[in-house]
Amino acid sequence: MRYLAILWFLSLLTCTQRKGGIIIAGSTSVQPFIEKVAEHFMEEHPDIVVNVQGGGSTAGIQATLNKTCDIGASSRNLKVSERGLRVVLIAVDGIAVIVHRDNPVNDLSIDEVRAIFSGTITNWRELGGEDAEIIPVTREEGSGTRGSFEDMIMGDVIISDACLVQDSNGAVREIIATTPQGIGYISVGLVDEREKALAINGVKPTLVNLMTQKYRFSRPFLLLLCEEPRGDMKTFIDYVLSKKGQDILKSSGLIPATEIQDD
Amino acid sequence: MKDKIAEKALLFIALSAILSLLLITFFIFQQGIPLLFKAGFGNFFSTHWSPTRGQFGILSMIVGSLMVTIGALIVGIPFGLACAIFLAEFSSSAIQKTLKPIIELLAGIPSVVYGFMGIVILVPFIRQTFGGPGFSVLAASIILGIMILPTIVSISYDAFVAVPNTYREGSFAVGATKWQTVVMLLLPAARSGIVAGIILGMGRAIGETMAVIMIAGNALKIPGSIFDSVRTLTSTIALELGYAAGDHRAALFACGSVLFIIIIALNIVAIRITGRK
Repeated sequence: MRYLAILWFLSLLTCTQRKGGIIIAGSTSVQPFIEKVAEHFMEEHPDIVVNVQGGGSTAGIQATLNKTCDIGASSRNLKVSERGLRVVLIAVDGIAVIVHRDNPVNDLSIDEVRAIFSGTITNWRELGGEDAEIIPVTREEGSGTRGSFEDMIMGDVIISDACLVQDSNGAVREIIATTPQGIGYISVGLVDEREKALAINGVKPTLVNLMTQKYRFSRPFLLLLCEEPRGDMKTFIDYVLSKKGQDILKSSGLIPATEIQDD
Repeated sequence: MKDKIAEKALLFIALSAILSLLLITFFIFQQGIPLLFKAGFGNFFSTHWSPTRGQFGILSMIVGSLMVTIGALIVGIPFGLACAIFLAEFSSSAIQKTLKPIIELLAGIPSVVYGFMGIVILVPFIRQTFGGPGFSVLAASIILGIMILPTIVSISYDAFVAVPNTYREGSFAVGATKWQTVVMLLLPAARSGIVAGIILGMGRAIGETMAVIMIAGNALKIPGSIFDSVRTLTSTIALELGYAAGDHRAALFACGSVLFIIIIALNIVAIRITGRK
């Protein structure tokens, strides 16, 4: 009986939360950035609770389509089969190839990255590093980050089965930060001082290089809605696209949607 | 009258538990099996897994699951049995009363904590000592071996305790030492309980997900040595379900079906063995 009471109480809690709040679900790449914006947003609008969940781009798109969340987050463009949603571009994110801080290698060509992840190059010595086995870390099948990495860098070359697989940017970063022979790829905005982002074909993934599209490996961060935003949702979307919201995204290492320079 | 109501209520609750099991079974198979036939058994039991490109080979994951499970048993059985024998036969009741709850407490530690310990301590240790990525069959086996200890220890302990004291007295009377009694008399007598404990532990090891994802590295290649990374069936489901759609999602349910069959088979064996007692 007591359990029933607790259950009932819990369900009540979730119900009330649902009413006064916005649920955002989707890409684990977008998640940490949206969380940061949501924090600031909730400080200014204490009456609106924004709940940010992960799940992945595909899950976010599905959840938006069948309305289990209010706003979806995606780190890839929609496929033809997923059309019919309203898409708001909030920022552009670069994909950085990262290695351990102490790795002497600073620069790889795109062919070398391809060879590493396809398993053709297996020792750092071949790339001017120390004599040590390369441990490539990739994302799981279906991940938006992996999808972009395959599209932009791997091309038709298939990622080797021997790569370690992790299911989030954070997990990949953790392995690279603690494994001297590791190499992986994550959002540029999430690279911290424990890893080193490599220059690809001589171009470093800096904010300026990303904005001017000199560093070409980038992808859109999208918010998705199933209808024209109204009420709290509109307030939130407007906030994300406002100078304040965009500045938060920029200070986290993304290129704000409002500052993208088309070539 | 009150009794009747209580009886009916209990029956209803018991049936709903069985019903939910049936529904889960039905759902997993209904989602997974069509893909098996669509992709074909040859494709499904090959080694190449790339579900977004129509390759659904899960052989390397089956091998991975089995390797990690066997590894866990190699770690867990000697320690578990030794522990149970010590507790049941060689220790005072004061030691029993302290040690047994502590070992059972192991079962209450969330698997993510085991995984975290693995990442922080075991993986760097294996990487520095043996080379390779550290995320390996060995790391997963050791952690899983520890995780299945409480199951093996408590069930084998109960089996030892259940052996009637007259057996031991008879053995001592013919001049056997304590160790001889344990090896030649108690181990065979408690065999069914020990095997049941091992099989239940095995079920836990093969089904464990979180800790394995964190420390096994999840590479899709069939490992060439115990220092190589490995991917299990459960890891694949947990890693990819969030992003999966269409055939990919169905393939994960098919993985679930295979896992389900393996675990059901293990349980049937366990029930057979304990039933023979």
